[in-house]
Amino acid sequence: MARNRSKRSKLSIPSKYILLGFTILCVILMVLSYTTNILNGPFEMIAGYTIVPFQKGISKAGYWLTSRSDSIKRMQELTEENEELKNTVADLTLQINELQQDRFELSELRLLYGLDERYAGYDKVGARVIGKDAGNWFSFFLIDKGKNDGIEKDMNVIAGGGLVGIVTDVGPNWASVRSIIDDSANVSSMVLSTSDLCIVSGNLELMNDGYIQFSQLIDEKDMVGQGDQIVTSYISDKYLPGISIGYISHINKDANNMTKSGYITPAVDFKHIETVLVILEKKKQKD
Amino acid sequence: MLRKIVVLCIVIIGFLLQSSVFSGISMGGIVPNIMIIITSSFGFMRGKNEGMVIGFFCGLIMDVFFGDILGFYALVYLVIGYLNGLFRSLFYPEDIKLPMILIAGSELAYCFLCFIFLFMLRGKFHLGFYFIHIFLPEIAYTILVTLIIYKLILWINERLELWEKRNA
Repeated sequence: MARNRSKRSKLSIPSKYILLGFTILCVILMVLSYTTNILNGPFEMIAGYTIVPFQKGISKAGYWLTSRSDSIKRMQELTEENEELKNTVADLTLQINELQQDRFELSELRLLYGLDERYAGYDKVGARVIGKDAGNWFSFFLIDKGKNDGIEKDMNVIAGGGLVGIVTDVGPNWASVRSIIDDSANVSSMVLSTSDLCIVSGNLELMNDGYIQFSQLIDEKDMVGQGDQIVTSYISDKYLPGISIGYISHINKDANNMTKSGYITPAVDFKHIETVLVILEKKKQKD
Repeated sequence: MLRKIVVLCIVIIGFLLQSSVFSGISMGGIVPNIMIIITSSFGFMRGKNEGMVIGFFCGLIMDVFFGDILGFYALVYLVIGYLNGLFRSLFYPEDIKLPMILIAGSELAYCFLCFIFLFMLRGKFHLGFYFIHIFLPEIAYTILVTLIIYKLILWINERLELWEKRNA
């Protein structure tokens, strides 16, 4: 067999050298992609036109199937729910009218203070999740919008009112998003009620329990407790301020007696993300 | 030429299965590693060189979509493809034991490499936790999927070899 093989290939280079050559190629790729971003364009482009269309198809079929089975199951429930909801709608419209008046007042007051409206004011684009990370170590996912829809690297991604993650890679018609529960994700954040800063980081060991962890919270007056809301901070260099991350579920004093750390229940249900919103505005940065 | 096209299709379909289909039917959040099955089985079926090249491309796709830096997964899969190629002389198509052992071994090696380079170097040392929650389920699920996918790859490879013999 070995003889057969070498006869077929015109130049029979020993496998050792091929291995060496490929290894060097990989190392060069790693160094290039770590230090520069000249490799960012072509590979994303090729992937965008070869693989992503299939992924879109598969996920569309998947959604169709699940929605079909759901719709049959829920038909009965829905008719009952519909009755109930109609009643609540009537109630809620009344409430909305009241709230709208409050809102006018609030927005006027905000203008007065020169404050911008929070993420209601950002331009957003909706996107569908078309694939999940192929391994089990990290939690990235792919969405079906990319450069053509104005998405750029480092844009924030939200769903259901909470922070989902950040765009790490963009192709012409796809983008990959690193979620905040990913083991390598760190978000500078703060406690909404007291404005104390802390670091929120994903942790693979907590992922199955549905928690993410926070640390380095300085809370001298002991004001922060369970149930407090955590949002992104003003000093974060990539995340826009004031996006909800989640609520504190456990809080402990660290061994150094100065800082606190604990667990957060995220505001977003990461197991069932189907659509997300990408905020088309990046945090202004000093270059 | 036909072989190249078919193998490329297998790699792409494998990636699609892994990232889109199996993540939908994952058990406890764990996805089987189909790229390892492909790399490993072409390694011991076809030898070091083909194992390497296929491994390299499998890894490269992973890198483009999910890697922080380009080339890391490519290198890992490359080495795995090469090492599997060393067992070519022991391979017989009728025997299912060797492929299973090799694929499980490759999977274990892959997990260890990921742990060492992507977690241990960041100061996360809980090997015990990762072993129980990631390594074992991933290996078990991959082996389960191997039973089907390996048979398919073997069949395709045999067809290809027949076709090559006829056209040689």
